[in-house]
Amino acid sequence: MTNQETPQRHRKPPMGGPMGGRPGMGGEKPKEFKKTFGKLIKYCDKYIPIIVVALILSFAGTILSLIGPNKLSDITDIIAKGIMGNMKMNKIDRIGFFLAAIYGISFIFTYIQGFIMATVTQKISKRMRSDISEKINRVPLNYFNKTSYGDVLSRVTNDVDTIGQTLNQSVGMLVTAVTMFLGSLLMMFITNATMAVTAVITTILGFVLMMLIMSRSQKYFLSQQNELGKINGHIEEIYTGHNVVNVYNGTKKAQAEFEAINSRLYNSAWKSQFLSGLMMPIMGFIGNFGYVAVCVVGALLVINGKITFGVIVAFMIYIRLFTNPLSQIAQAATSLQSTAAAAERVFEFLGEDELSDESRKSASVSEVKGDVEFKNVKFGYTPEKIIINNFSAHAHAGQKVAIVGPTGAGKTTLVNLLMRFYELDGGNILIDGVSTTDMSRSSVHDLFCMVLQDTWLFEGTIKENIVYSKQNVSDEDVVKACKAVGIDHFIRTLPHGYDTILNDKANLSAGQKQLITIARAMIENAPLLILDEATSSVDTRTELQIQKAMDSLTVGRTSFVIAHRLSTIKNADLILVMKDGDIIESGNHIQLLEQNGFYAELYNSQFEKTA
Amino acid sequence: MIRIFRYLKKKEVAFILISLVFIVGQVWLDLKLPDYMKDITVLIQKKNTELADVLKPGFKMLGCAFGSLALSCIVGFFAAKVAAGFANRLRSKTFSSVQNFSMEEINKFSTASLITRSTNDITQIQMFIAMGLQVLIKAPILAVWAIMKILNKGWQWTAATGGAVGVLCLIILFILIFAVPKFKIVQNLTDNLNRVTRENLTGIRVVRAYNAENYQQNKFEDANQKLTATNLFVNRVMAIMMPGMSLIMSGLSLSIYWIGAYIINSASTMPDKGQRFADMVVFSSYAVQVVIAFMMMTMIFIIAPRAAVSAKRINEVLDTKCRIINGSKTQGLNGSEGCIEFRNVSFKYPDASDYTLSNISFTAKKGETVAFIGATGSGKTTLVNLIPRFYDVTEGDVLVDGVNVREYAKESLNDRIGYVSQKAVLFSGTVASNVAYGENGKNSYSENDVKKAVEIAQGTEFVEKMPDTFNASIAQGGNNVSGGQKQRIAIARAVCRKPEIYIFDDSFSALDYKTDKTLRAALKRETANTTSIIVAQRIGTIKNADKIIVLDDGKIAGSGTHSQLMKNCEIYREIALSQLSKEELEND
Repeated sequence: MTNQETPQRHRKPPMGGPMGGRPGMGGEKPKEFKKTFGKLIKYCDKYIPIIVVALILSFAGTILSLIGPNKLSDITDIIAKGIMGNMKMNKIDRIGFFLAAIYGISFIFTYIQGFIMATVTQKISKRMRSDISEKINRVPLNYFNKTSYGDVLSRVTNDVDTIGQTLNQSVGMLVTAVTMFLGSLLMMFITNATMAVTAVITTILGFVLMMLIMSRSQKYFLSQQNELGKINGHIEEIYTGHNVVNVYNGTKKAQAEFEAINSRLYNSAWKSQFLSGLMMPIMGFIGNFGYVAVCVVGALLVINGKITFGVIVAFMIYIRLFTNPLSQIAQAATSLQSTAAAAERVFEFLGEDELSDESRKSASVSEVKGDVEFKNVKFGYTPEKIIINNFSAHAHAGQKVAIVGPTGAGKTTLVNLLMRFYELDGGNILIDGVSTTDMSRSSVHDLFCMVLQDTWLFEGTIKENIVYSKQNVSDEDVVKACKAVGIDHFIRTLPHGYDTILNDKANLSAGQKQLITIARAMIENAPLLILDEATSSVDTRTELQIQKAMDSLTVGRTSFVIAHRLSTIKNADLILVMKDGDIIESGNHIQLLEQNGFYAELYNSQFEKTA
Repeated sequence: MIRIFRYLKKKEVAFILISLVFIVGQVWLDLKLPDYMKDITVLIQKKNTELADVLKPGFKMLGCAFGSLALSCIVGFFAAKVAAGFANRLRSKTFSSVQNFSMEEINKFSTASLITRSTNDITQIQMFIAMGLQVLIKAPILAVWAIMKILNKGWQWTAATGGAVGVLCLIILFILIFAVPKFKIVQNLTDNLNRVTRENLTGIRVVRAYNAENYQQNKFEDANQKLTATNLFVNRVMAIMMPGMSLIMSGLSLSIYWIGAYIINSASTMPDKGQRFADMVVFSSYAVQVVIAFMMMTMIFIIAPRAAVSAKRINEVLDTKCRIINGSKTQGLNGSEGCIEFRNVSFKYPDASDYTLSNISFTAKKGETVAFIGATGSGKTTLVNLIPRFYDVTEGDVLVDGVNVREYAKESLNDRIGYVSQKAVLFSGTVASNVAYGENGKNSYSENDVKKAVEIAQGTEFVEKMPDTFNASIAQGGNNVSGGQKQRIAIARAVCRKPEIYIFDDSFSALDYKTDKTLRAALKRETANTTSIIVAQRIGTIKNADKIIVLDDGKIAGSGTHSQLMKNCEIYREIALSQLSKEELEND
């Protein structure tokens, strides 16, 4: 509903090419790999024992599957001998059952490992998401001045997803692959040294070839990624500005620019596609090449009587077990890099400064009268730039205080201070004589109802939106509030009445949305009221309705109203005129017009003739 | 899915066919390898084999390996060329289709969806083709050929291989039935989680003001719990994949040797036994190839549906024809330059049951200012959108310069119009590039044109304060300038065009009263002969218009000057009174 404004951070576009994380194609690089991993391990400490169990299982499973080729080699030798004379079938059967059992156990082990890792990573992801979400409500608002929503959002989903996925695959894979690699190397040397050396040399040759190609391809990947980003940006921009592009005859230029990026993209895309497509054939070739080498060398050794044929059979499998983990290790390494990069961003956010703890603050105002006093208030969003210097004002209970001034004058800042969204740099704000800094933030918030300019509604029924977090609100209360703001009739005309779900499809005008937020404030029923530029995006007739609703809201409440339209605040008891962060004039409408200062100029400008 | 391939060029089809031949060659070489292995096996069994005898098949094997590599490189080259080239063309076609869409088609798809279709969906297709050419074509060929090779070597072995393939299929089926449907659910749940978080972020001040942190957190936990539960299930099911595959592979090798022992044992003569032994060794190699082929084929099940969905979505865009058809006229009627006329215009949005505008007639003459006012939803924006033909009228005629807008070539109609939308649209670039945007059928804009336009739009002051003044960079969507500044740059863009007609769709409301007033005064002064159509909320903005038209529910509720309307139009008076007090109105 209110999400149109949120900048979207692009998901990383999927890379062309059949293999996900290819070696040499490093994902995002973390700044401090070790430190981040330390943090990650500490974060998962609860799960460490079970992870260790999983790793042991995966280690054991791998070792078991390594015995396979060796036993298969025994079977072959028995058969080979059997050709000449008697085949020892019972021995073969014994080995067969043994192997079947081994394979079965190995399968169970690796599956349990996978199951545990899947469970653990999901639980960790869940905890991370919860922690981030809680954190959102604990960081000072200031944080969102320097960080975009899209950035935080992408940490909740993209980064946590990345951590979940990569951790799930890579940790298990790394252990399996390393075990497999070292194990098969060891087994090969145990079985036959000459053959082992042959296998290792051919594999190394293959990998040198692959590294050569991959290092050359890096720049094409990068430029492909770059151009892809550019073209997506261009598409987004032109599509969103479709009207303007069209009516200004900008179509040709847009198309020309598009074609230019597109052909650059084509150039890098086919090259990186081609090079990444080579990975599989080369892997296949390394396999084949090793196979040939093992067969030939093995055959020679058999002829010379150095080894039995069974050794060749064993090596035919070992060579496969040996080459696979190499690419897996490389893959796991890049994957862990992305884990670290993502984890770094998540921990960075979790480590942000939080609002101070104030569980011990107990000052409160009972029987609120609504006397609000600003006393020598000093404030700046950054310490270097103080924007409110020495502001004092007194609003008596039940008064209507209007704040006016050009955009950027600091009107919203005053509201932010009143609500204690930000802490003062000096001075005091007192409500019925009690300083807001002595109260907890939530008790300050309890004193106010607030209606903001950008109407914030969430996806949910109209009733949920109006009741919001308030407990024990009856349906009659909701209807009463809606009647008071004059939207009850409209809501009843909707297909599901108060249970109509507000989402992108619901066709509510800006004014109707505004009325719903006013109804929400009415339900909140707090003694003080803040109306922040609440009426500017609405047409004048609806505004009249809103004005009426607000007037009924201000009855009996001390209210602070910010509005562009000077006509709506003429009856205010106190008008504060702000410019460049300072209150330059104050008084009621008549007094201010008599002063003939900034307010008078502002006020009169709306009636002057154009010509 | 298939239909999308009609956009392939002949050359690309040829590439694909050549690739097909090479793939067959490659499979042949791959399968030849075990044959030579068999020769070696037989040779070793013989008593007096020389080194040279073994080397001969050995070199042949090496040749096969190299040949296979070379062929797959060539196939890879073609695949990359075809995939990237095809994606390139599709992207370009989609982009130009969308560019030619009218608002009607854009709204049908929604901008966000069109963006995904032009980006992600096309990347999906590219991946599918690149992979398809290498893997998806190869897998079935490899499978069939390898099966043929082993078919007559002994039914027991074949049965074992069949069993392995069967188990593989079962695992895949299991995953297809249980995990794959959940992928979509996971995506939805992720979107849901995103939405809840985004709501919390955008409403952070409201959340805190209402002490609703826990309320939000509960909502988030709910979404989080659902997502995690589904994710857990999917991942646990998927975890069976890897161990399953390796179990099948090793189990198959074992059964072939185990069965082999019995077959060889039952053979009667020595040479026969030797032959069977060689068969067994080769068979295990082929059997592995068969299983690998089937594993590759399972990828089809994973990628193809996704690619098919993408192809369908792209086809939808490409098949959509713009409902607005260009005319050919480039000139207006002599003597009616700058004139706009609506003749009994009624308009209904596609699929809507009610008319948004009904029976609108009015004329704006050269140099006149005609303003529209009315409640939200009264049809003001819809009305002005008919002038640049964002939509076509349902009934009646819209005439610009005395010619029906339908008869104009699009460019010629646009050349006459300077349009400023409700929400200012800026493009990444500089202030100058934004002001001098587009073409107006005349010369390109000079530096002076730009400066003059910005001056009229009251932007000189803030532009000159920016780091590089007119060359200051503007971020995508104009996110680095304020709302009022954006709007002034957008207005300057219209001014720079020197059009016959201005259309300001509520373009002044982002400006404060003072700027609004001086801007309009400057416009009046500098472009006196230009017709202006203004949609506004504020009475102050339109009070001095030559003609004010009050819209109510898509009908004209009154028209005339300010003072006329004050006398005889109830709705107008109501609007005016809500903004200005009676005395102020009478003062004029």
